Amino acid sequence: MTVFLIIIVIALLGITLWQMSKILNLSKSHSSEDPSIATDKDNKNQGYLMLGFLIVFNIFMFYNFWEYSRFYLPEAASAHGVQFDNLMFLSLAIIMFVQVITQFLLHYFSFIYRGEKGKRAYFYADNDKLEFIWTIIPVIVLAGLIIYGLFTWSDIMNVEEDEDTIVIELYAYQFGWKARYAGEDNTLGKANVRFIEGINTVGVDESDSYAKDDKIVSELHLPVDKKVLFKMRSQDVLHSAYFPFFRAQMNVVPGMITQFGFTPTITSEEMRQTDYMVDKVKTINQIRKENSKELVANGDMALDPYEFEYYLLCNKICGISHYNMQMKIVVENEEDYKEWIAEQESFGETLAKQEEQ
Amino acid sequence: MSATANATLAQDHHEHDDHGHHHKETFITKYIFSQDHKMIAKQYLITGLLMGSLGILMSVLFRMQIAWPEESFVIFEWLLGDKYAPDGVMTAEAYLSLVTIHGTIMVFFVLTAGLSGTFSNFLIPLQIGARDMASGFLNMVSYWIFFISCMIMISSLFVESGPASAGWTIYPPLSALPEAIPGSGMGMTLWLISMAFFIAQSLLGSLNYIVTVINLRTKGMSMTRLPLTIWALFVTAIIGVVSFPVLLSAALMLIMDRSFGTSFFLSDIYIKGEVLAHQGGSPVLFEHLFWFLGHPEVYIVILPAMGLVSEVMASNSRKPIFGYRAMVASILAIAFLSTIVWGHHMFVSGMNPFLGSVFTFTTLLIAIPSAVKAFNWITTLWKGNLQMNTGMLWSIGFVSTFITGGLTGIILGDSTLDINVHDTYFVIAHFHLVMGISALYGFFAGVYHWFPKMYGRMMNKNLGYIHFWVTIVGAYGVFFPMHFIGLAGLPRRYYTNTAFPYFDDLADTNVLITVFAIMAATVQLVFVYNFIHSMFYGKKATQNPWNSNTLEWTTPVEPVHGNWPGEIPSVYRWSYDYSKMNEDGTDYVIPGQDFIPQDVPLQKNEEELNH
Repeated sequence: MTVFLIIIVIALLGITLWQMSKILNLSKSHSSEDPSIATDKDNKNQGYLMLGFLIVFNIFMFYNFWEYSRFYLPEAASAHGVQFDNLMFLSLAIIMFVQVITQFLLHYFSFIYRGEKGKRAYFYADNDKLEFIWTIIPVIVLAGLIIYGLFTWSDIMNVEEDEDTIVIELYAYQFGWKARYAGEDNTLGKANVRFIEGINTVGVDESDSYAKDDKIVSELHLPVDKKVLFKMRSQDVLHSAYFPFFRAQMNVVPGMITQFGFTPTITSEEMRQTDYMVDKVKTINQIRKENSKELVANGDMALDPYEFEYYLLCNKICGISHYNMQMKIVVENEEDYKEWIAEQESFGETLAKQEEQ
Repeated sequence: MSATANATLAQDHHEHDDHGHHHKETFITKYIFSQDHKMIAKQYLITGLLMGSLGILMSVLFRMQIAWPEESFVIFEWLLGDKYAPDGVMTAEAYLSLVTIHGTIMVFFVLTAGLSGTFSNFLIPLQIGARDMASGFLNMVSYWIFFISCMIMISSLFVESGPASAGWTIYPPLSALPEAIPGSGMGMTLWLISMAFFIAQSLLGSLNYIVTVINLRTKGMSMTRLPLTIWALFVTAIIGVVSFPVLLSAALMLIMDRSFGTSFFLSDIYIKGEVLAHQGGSPVLFEHLFWFLGHPEVYIVILPAMGLVSEVMASNSRKPIFGYRAMVASILAIAFLSTIVWGHHMFVSGMNPFLGSVFTFTTLLIAIPSAVKAFNWITTLWKGNLQMNTGMLWSIGFVSTFITGGLTGIILGDSTLDINVHDTYFVIAHFHLVMGISALYGFFAGVYHWFPKMYGRMMNKNLGYIHFWVTIVGAYGVFFPMHFIGLAGLPRRYYTNTAFPYFDDLADTNVLITVFAIMAATVQLVFVYNFIHSMFYGKKATQNPWNSNTLEWTTPVEPVHGNWPGEIPSVYRWSYDYSKMNEDGTDYVIPGQDFIPQDVPLQKNEEELNH
């Protein structure tokens, strides 16, 4: 596909160059013609080019939607994500509707009203009614979008913490993530970077009794259909915790605790089984296989085949390895989650182990 | 005071004309330390173009890295050297530096100074009928401060630890701590000093523009008769004066945090095995200060382009601009709203979600005046007699990209939707189309249109057509598909996307985008050739080649100091009397001529209209 597109682009470039030389020759031979001010012939040519561009542009937009809309993330894996996607599709539909109409008018007018000698332009300076109409229409449409958006926004951002909410601390540092689960007491121990020492890498206050049962891990496991609230802390610079599949994002700011809560609704396994993901993984593995051939030929290791996992990535420039600051997320049913969390070592145990040594 | 100054200046010129002399000018006073606004405008233009070439070259380099990650290119080795491109493979450090400096150069040095610096200086005195700027000296100083600022920014490319690389938004703590990224050492210091100079020049320039527009308008040039270019440039200058000082204060505080141990933006930081002493500051405060300038800044960039386009479009449509009053009102509305929407860059910064709601509201409001402007431009074309000069093509292209890019603002301005597209390529596509590409188109429209006034010669239209068509195809080819890879959740400023196999199927699209980018960048050479060649060998311009109404076309082709050899013309009408018919509707007001320059008094058979 790319090769094909590149060939088209190169061909277009070639045509351009050819036309360029032709035009240059023409402009040389017809020295009587003004080389700087548009003539009727130019108006006509450029008018037709405007029409041509309108057609090509529409085809290009259509092609983009046809070919690239598969890039849009799979169905939202969180409760609020569904609302997000609805609002997104509604906005996109409105936008494309306006886009197609206005671009049509703009280029079509450029074509149809191209200048000719003797033609008279219509002196038309004002029309209050018209201007009122196209002020009020955006007002109404935008008011609708604003209201819809704001309701969704406050739904998403106002996280009510109740007993069932799982509170997890998300800890960002150059260049990785850690998560701290609150343990049996469901309360996170105090923490500050000033407590960082030795194996206490995220700076938990060792004297805080709530901290003893906290569990620090480097892979997120979330039970499905349970509300999770992330409390975020950064060790050094700004990071951004971006959960694209859950339509969630929040910056992680040194010196303060930021938060974002959502309810995951689709387990990793379920997501892997969706048609979307089966197709996507197949395509990706094909690409990886192709790329591996070249790598192997050069004596490098082949790429591992890809299996889908949710991930969390850093989305605020944070340094040299910003591009590779990720954490695996596993969404699973509650039993599996409980089993997993039970296996993890608590902070108290880690400390005790160290003392033994 | 100014009136007397003008009178003496006029007197001066009369005397000189009587003797057939010019001012005694040496090469240095004429071309280097010139106080003539036209020369200063050209200095801004050339400097802006040079900086622009650098910025575009950088974008091509990092686009190549994105398309063909970690592949070896000879050109990288040549341009970046062994340290930043060992064996021709660009390092992550070099990549981030290129991204950062590309953004800085394009936003500030090209689209702020290059665009508004050039055209404010050039057009304000000429179009309002003034001999020069209110203070020619300050004007000269402002250019030379700009020049120093450019030199410092360029010199930062050559320091050992590398140039600033924390992104053009330089959010601390990354930009404050050399331990966090090497570019935050000497490179960042130079960046900040350069910006301080830049802000100084911008303020000097803006104050000068404001005073000139308010005080030095010729007789009859009421505010409601000002061409839209002047309205746009005037309001741009006001926004600049309001918002740039805030960036200066942010930069100063950052300098203090970096060098003098204060904690405005830093708190609770553990880096390289050590806890820093900083306590109590907040990076979010920096974000507020930065975007309090940063958002008005995009309007500082786009308003001049809007003004230029309005003028070029009316003149080439041979029609008045549709809804002059609405156009002025929308410029004012945009300017006002631009100062209360900055928070939409910070929906997920950790600020109070309620603030997010407020900023969503104000942000979407700004779509209304923008929509009015777009509709008015389209209506200006309706039933026109469109002269497809190169300036006109760029103006039409401007409206096209402004709409395409502006519409996606509705998504990004919505706090809810921003959650998932924030800092992805969707944002890159949006702001490049709506402010980068659009402003460049406005810039080109201006250069092609006013070139004859600047250099007394015409640019070649055929080369202009090639330049336009290849650029518009290339620009859409780059930025339209980019929306989709953004919707896939691909973050910006990633050195390579190969760390996430999930993004593997986007690689093809990234290659396509880069190919388009190289194509669009290459065709700019056609413009460079056309520009330089026409400067010396272009066809000699006539006094009013586009048959326009504004006052600059009443000045002689060979520019003189003081603009008009004789008296300054008086103004009797607005600048948009194109194709106006006489009262009987039998012919144009001036028979056989479809335009009435502003210095032509009301004709006998003409109906007076109040716009």
